[in-house]
Amino acid sequence: MSLQVRLNIPRKDFAINVSLTVTSGQITSVFGPSGCGKTSVMRAIAGLENSATGHIQMADEVWQNSDYFRPPHQRDIGYVFQDASLFPHLNVYENLQFGRRRQAKDKRRVSLEQAIELLALSPLLNRSVDKLSGGEKQRVAIARAVATSPSVLLFDEPLAAVDIQHKQEILRYIQSLHQELDIPMLYVSHAIEEVARLSDNLVLMEKGQQLASGKTVDLLSQLNLPFARYEEAASVIDTEVTGHEDDYGLSLLRFAEGHIRVTRGQLPLGHKVRLRIVARDVSLTLTKPQDSSILNIFPAVVESMVSDGTALKLVRLNAGGQIILSRVTAKSAEKLALKPGLHLYAQVKAVSPLI
Amino acid sequence: MMHPDLTALLITLKLAAITTLILLLIGTPLAWWLARSQWRFKFLIETVIALPLVLPPTVLGFYLLIMLGPNGPIGGLSEAMGGRPLAFSFTGLVIGSVFYSLPFVVQPLQNVFTAIGDNVMEQAATLRASPLDRFFNVMVPIARPGFLTAAVLGFAHTIGEFGVVLMIGGNIPGETKVVSIAIYDHVESLEYAQAHILSGGLLLLSFLMLMAVYGLNRRFSVLRS
Repeated sequence: MSLQVRLNIPRKDFAINVSLTVTSGQITSVFGPSGCGKTSVMRAIAGLENSATGHIQMADEVWQNSDYFRPPHQRDIGYVFQDASLFPHLNVYENLQFGRRRQAKDKRRVSLEQAIELLALSPLLNRSVDKLSGGEKQRVAIARAVATSPSVLLFDEPLAAVDIQHKQEILRYIQSLHQELDIPMLYVSHAIEEVARLSDNLVLMEKGQQLASGKTVDLLSQLNLPFARYEEAASVIDTEVTGHEDDYGLSLLRFAEGHIRVTRGQLPLGHKVRLRIVARDVSLTLTKPQDSSILNIFPAVVESMVSDGTALKLVRLNAGGQIILSRVTAKSAEKLALKPGLHLYAQVKAVSPLI
Repeated sequence: MMHPDLTALLITLKLAAITTLILLLIGTPLAWWLARSQWRFKFLIETVIALPLVLPPTVLGFYLLIMLGPNGPIGGLSEAMGGRPLAFSFTGLVIGSVFYSLPFVVQPLQNVFTAIGDNVMEQAATLRASPLDRFFNVMVPIARPGFLTAAVLGFAHTIGEFGVVLMIGGNIPGETKVVSIAIYDHVESLEYAQAHILSGGLLLLSFLMLMAVYGLNRRFSVLRS
């Protein structure tokens, strides 16, 4: 099943134009600065944006085209809003039941118990919603949407109103939904860490226009996109656990022709892991260092490079098929005579597994 | 034969009950529309609804008398359809009271609908609730304090009506003679004892009703969260 969306939404200052596809079993993120029109796209998919025109189709069901508009309550979606918008007159359990009771019986694939378990809500069921923390509210809102067995789950900046300690927790819940349920998900955010961590595909928006779209892993390491200019510019790599060095509490993950070591000894073999390597944690040398404290050193080839201000350069490297980014000073770049095609060694000082 | 003061009290309560019911029925969609509409001339409608708050009741009563009388558009229509003229009838009183108490029902409802905002309704829509379903199962329960305030204010204000009733209701015992008029009659005939009983009764009733509103609305903290 896939959701296909082609939309035009007029706004006062600019028009929003997007076309995207969300496929089963995948998380697609829409990323862009605040006010770029991400939320309007989500609202239009839900049928809440009256001025939107275009074509929206879920599998073979048309939700909207030039002469048809299916009202929101007949679109098979689960929508998680920025502010949880729980119903204040109902307790947690009644909130969870609200949408599920209204869903046709033959369309119920997710049980209420499953939704409660996936978001660990059993201790909260009889609570009044005004007695919940921001993170708890958002978990209830997610479970309430999941319990309707939607054909697609829409997350509209679900972490915006959640405090920093609970953001990671909610992200883990969303990842587990992704693993347990075969529901395509669309995730809107202006936080690059969330997008880098969760999404398989990425749509980059600016002022209503779609700047780029493709695999998250590919887009984040492209030097011509705005990501490269972020302070936190980083490459993201999907890999898996291939072994351990138990004496040192390290896990080995498949990387290029060899492996990369991370300081997480307890990861099970074969476990899929997404790694984030921040560009400023990668330094370059022309000869292989023999006496470095850095464990992760890989031969690599310079693919391309761009200036990042006057003092810095961002270098895109190919390490045996894996793309990593490195941020070096312009002075170092000149000293090493960096240019596309140059063979060198990348020293990766820090690797963060996104789990 | 019932005591005439008791008859007046029953007519008052019946008038207030029917008026409140009609006001809730027409005031709810009207308040909903006022809370949601983006129409630029909406303020004109709001002004008209608020007029009874500032107009002397006799002015309102005078125009209603002309409208409802046999030569007025509404009274004439009623006669042409084989009915009675509406002036000096209980039906006429109900019509007059509906206009007179309209702002007391519409304004609290409009306020509560505006305060609740679109979010919960949109959320309900994404949870498969149809427009009517979400109105009755989401908006109404959340807006309960507003409905309570609207009903009690509409009811209490209708009981306290005098000028409008005097103009369009006349003073027909058993048909249009309400408590406020009865009190006036007693005072005119220097029957202070009866005037005391009725006035005290009305004072107590009004106090209890308003107390119920303020007491209950304190318990519903839904809107404040």
